[in-house]
Amino acid sequence: MLKDITIGQFFPGDSAVHRLDPRVKIVLTVAFIVLLFLANGPVSYAIILAFLAIIIGISRISPKMVVRGLKPVLFIVMFTALLNLFYTPGDYIWQWGFLHISVEGIRTAIFMVIRLMLLIIATSMLTYTTSPIQLTDGLERLLSPLKKLHAPVHELSMMMSIALRFIPTLIEETEKIISAQKARGADFESGNLIQRAKAMIPILVPLFISAFRRADELATAMECRLYRGDVGRTRMRQLKIARVDFGALGIFVLVFAAVIALRQFGL
Amino acid sequence: MSDIIKTENLQYAYPVEEGQLAVPVLKGVNLSIKRGEFVAVLGHNGSGKSTLAGCFNAIRLPTGGVCYVDMMDTRDEKNTYEVRKTVAMVFQNPDNQLVATVVEEDVAFALENMGVPPAEIRKRVDDALKAVGMYEYRKQAPHRLSGGQKQRVAIAGVIAMMPRCVVLDEPTAMLDPQGRREVMAVVRELNKTYGITVILITHHMDEAVQAQRVVVMHQGNVLMDGTPREIFTQVDTLRAASLTVPQTIEVLHDLDKQDGAALPIDALSVGECADILETYLQ
Repeated sequence: MLKDITIGQFFPGDSAVHRLDPRVKIVLTVAFIVLLFLANGPVSYAIILAFLAIIIGISRISPKMVVRGLKPVLFIVMFTALLNLFYTPGDYIWQWGFLHISVEGIRTAIFMVIRLMLLIIATSMLTYTTSPIQLTDGLERLLSPLKKLHAPVHELSMMMSIALRFIPTLIEETEKIISAQKARGADFESGNLIQRAKAMIPILVPLFISAFRRADELATAMECRLYRGDVGRTRMRQLKIARVDFGALGIFVLVFAAVIALRQFGL
Repeated sequence: MSDIIKTENLQYAYPVEEGQLAVPVLKGVNLSIKRGEFVAVLGHNGSGKSTLAGCFNAIRLPTGGVCYVDMMDTRDEKNTYEVRKTVAMVFQNPDNQLVATVVEEDVAFALENMGVPPAEIRKRVDDALKAVGMYEYRKQAPHRLSGGQKQRVAIAGVIAMMPRCVVLDEPTAMLDPQGRREVMAVVRELNKTYGITVILITHHMDEAVQAQRVVVMHQGNVLMDGTPREIFTQVDTLRAASLTVPQTIEVLHDLDKQDGAALPIDALSVGECADILETYLQ
C-alpha cells in the first residue's frame, strides 16, 4: 500500500529529458505552469497535451507510472471541478436551490480538471527524470543569489535531499513496524475512525524514535565526512548548459508563443 | 614518531543528568598504533571499544588523559578538521551513514566537503568504486543495495578521502555471512593495497584473526595486546572477559583439557586445525 506513493520518486534513465540541466528543467516547469493558466481554449490545451506527451515519450517513463502519480490527488481535482461547476455565474442551464450549473461553469470545470492534471503530470515528470540531488542542486543554484541576503539556501537544499534520501528507508521501516505490530495482534482494519487513528499510535511512536536515532547517527557520520555546511564546498557534478538545453528552451518558447497567439482568438 | 594514534591514560565518561555520577567507560587506556598496522579491537558489549573508536576521530573528546592523532591533540578544536581528515570512520548501520540518493554522489560527499576540484573528485570516486567492486552500481539508489553492498559504498567513500587511517566500528554487525565476507575482503584490501592503517572494532573472532594485531578491551581497559596467535591461545583469559575464541582453537583447547591430549592450540585457520587433529588421531 505504501509502495504506491510515486510522487517525488526518481526513475533513473539516460534519455534527453534526463540529461537536461536541472535548472532549465525547473525554470521550464514553472513556466509550463504559468502557460497552463494562460491557455484558455481547446486548441491550446491540445498543443500543450501533445507537448507533454512528447516529453513523456522521449523520457521513456511508462505512461502507467505517470497516470499512477495522479491517483493521490484525484479527490482534490474532483472537488475543485465540482466547486467550479456549481459556483460559476453565467447562463444557467440548470438550477436547484442554491446550486446552479452554467455553460461557463461546465467550461471552467473541464479546463480546471485538465489544468490540474497537466500540472501534476508536469511536476511529477520533473521529479521522475531528475535525481533528487540534481533537483536540489539546481534549486540551490537558482536561488543562490539569495545567499547574499543570508537566506540559508544551502542548508535548505541539504535538508531536502536528506529527506528524499530517507523516504524509501522510512517507508520500509514503517512496513516492518506494521508487520511487527500485527504479529503481536494489533488490529488496524476494524473500528471507527477514532479507533483506527488510535491504532496508528503503536506505529508512529517507534517510527519517530527510530527516525530520531537515524538522524543522530547520520549527523555524526556527516561530521566524520568533514561536512561543515557551505564552507569551501565544491561539487562533483558541474552544471553546464548544453545544446540539449537550448533545444528544449527553443521548443518551449515556440509552444509558449503558439498558446499566447491562440489566446487572442480564444482558442 | 611513527605512531598514527597514541593515547595516554585516556578516560571517557558519558555525560549524565545532574546529581548523578558519570559512569566511566574508558578508564585510562594506553595504546599506540603504528602507521600501516591492521589492528582488531575486540571486546564484549559495554567494554568501551566503540567509545574508544569515537575518541580516535574526535567525535568523543577525552574527559581525562590525551589522545593524539598524527601528533595532534584531539581536544584542540583547531585540530578537529585535520584529525577527521586523517582518521576516517565507517559505522555499523549502513543505512544511517549514506547521505546521498545516488551511490556515486555519496562517495563524492566527503571530497565535496573538502573542496577538491570537480575533475579530481570524479577520478577519485571512480577509482574508489572500482576498488570495492561497486562501479557498476554507481548510478543506483542506495536503498536498492544489499547491506554488504551499502557498507562497501560507505568504505568507498572513505577510500576516496585518502585518509591515513580508517576506523571501522563493527562494520559487519548488521550483515549476513555473504555481506560479511565481501566487506572483510575490502577491509583487508584497504590495508594491503593502499597501506592505510586499519582499526577494526569487532566482536567476531574470525574477523579479528585476520588482523596483524589484536587488542582486547575489557571493562574500559586494555586487557590483552598482541598478535592473534598470542591472544587466542589464552583461552581462559578470553573466556573470563566473556569472549569466545575461534572454533578451531576451542576444539583443540577442549580436547587438551578433557583428554589431556597436550595438543598445540594455536590453530588460527581450519587447515591448521585439521592438520593437528589428523596427527593426533594417527
